[in-house]
Amino acid sequence: MTYILIFISAVFVNNIVLSQFLGICPFLGVSKKIDTALGMSGAVAFVMTIATIFTYIIQKTVLEPFNIGFLQTITFILIIAALVQLVEIILKKVSPALYQALGVFLPLITTNCTILGVAILVVQKDLNLIESVVFAISTALGFGLALVLFAGIREQLSMMKLPKGMEGTPISLLTAGLLAMAFMGFAGIVK
Amino acid sequence: MSKNSNLKVFLNGFINENPTFVLILGMCPTLATTSSAINGLSMGLATTFVLLGSNVVISLLKNIIPDNVRIPAYVVVIATFVSVVEMSMQAYLPALYDSLGIFIPLIVVNCIVLGRAEAFAAKNSVFKSSLDGLGMGFGFSMALTMLGTIREVLGTGKAFGFTLFPDKYGMLIFVLAPGAFIALGYLIAIMNKFKKA
Repeated sequence: MTYILIFISAVFVNNIVLSQFLGICPFLGVSKKIDTALGMSGAVAFVMTIATIFTYIIQKTVLEPFNIGFLQTITFILIIAALVQLVEIILKKVSPALYQALGVFLPLITTNCTILGVAILVVQKDLNLIESVVFAISTALGFGLALVLFAGIREQLSMMKLPKGMEGTPISLLTAGLLAMAFMGFAGIVK
Repeated sequence: MSKNSNLKVFLNGFINENPTFVLILGMCPTLATTSSAINGLSMGLATTFVLLGSNVVISLLKNIIPDNVRIPAYVVVIATFVSVVEMSMQAYLPALYDSLGIFIPLIVVNCIVLGRAEAFAAKNSVFKSSLDGLGMGFGFSMALTMLGTIREVLGTGKAFGFTLFPDKYGMLIFVLAPGAFIALGYLIAIMNKFKKA
């Protein structure tokens, strides 16, 4: 039951993009087409799950026993950067097809704040390892959902005629605002 | 290096290359921490400090850091300054630390900081890099304060905590998530309009 609650809360109620404001850069950057949006979400889901497991283990086995919690930020970002590089190298060797699909997005992920954000949130919320993994996967799904929905709307929007100043980012932000309003409808399902 | 060009570097971040309105970088903290003017301003100042520090250090080390590992090296420098901000804020301004929450450690992945390190500090002198860091930081703070003030006034009828009109006339939506997107969308649209005219 806890896992289902975590899932619903992370995908709909506290959607990482639309209500927590994490990962806005890729949300605005790679949402011009549904294909790229799917690729990016896949890469994020992959890295986020692995990164959360690793940072969680380091937090519990190194940072907490040695009482060096103040090094959290610096340790986590290094783990994530190294992990992204590693995933890239392994994918290239093991599954060239998957590498082809995700390749372009992997380097971008290091500076995607959702990954570091989730790693820190998991520690703050004091979840256990399995809950953390469920949280990471559902957050990534929520990110994917928002990204794909938004890409769909933007594909339609690109055919509209807009006032000069509104073109590009402003109209995207307004669309995102409406989408966020729609997601507010989920508030109250889970506390 | 004339005085004029230094001034230009400093002012660049305010208008021509304002990180928020023109470069559209660092959107996450921009949207998330501007629910009130004071939060926006303090987030801006925290980022300014990190920008200034990392720009200076990276500019000092630019000849020592090998090209292949420059990005991880920059990230370590930036993360150090972020930890400094995080710990001092926790010690001296605990209330502010709580309201900005996770976005303090997330300054590490703010694209403005890494972007300026890569685009400016890695190529220019220490003095110019520090000016660039300050200019960009103040430009960012200005944008955040503007957005924060607008949202606070529309949402609750207050500006920096002073009541302008009773908050029952405020539109709560502007303090919540959708309002952030909408307010920033219109602000950028207005900026575009003036730039093109």
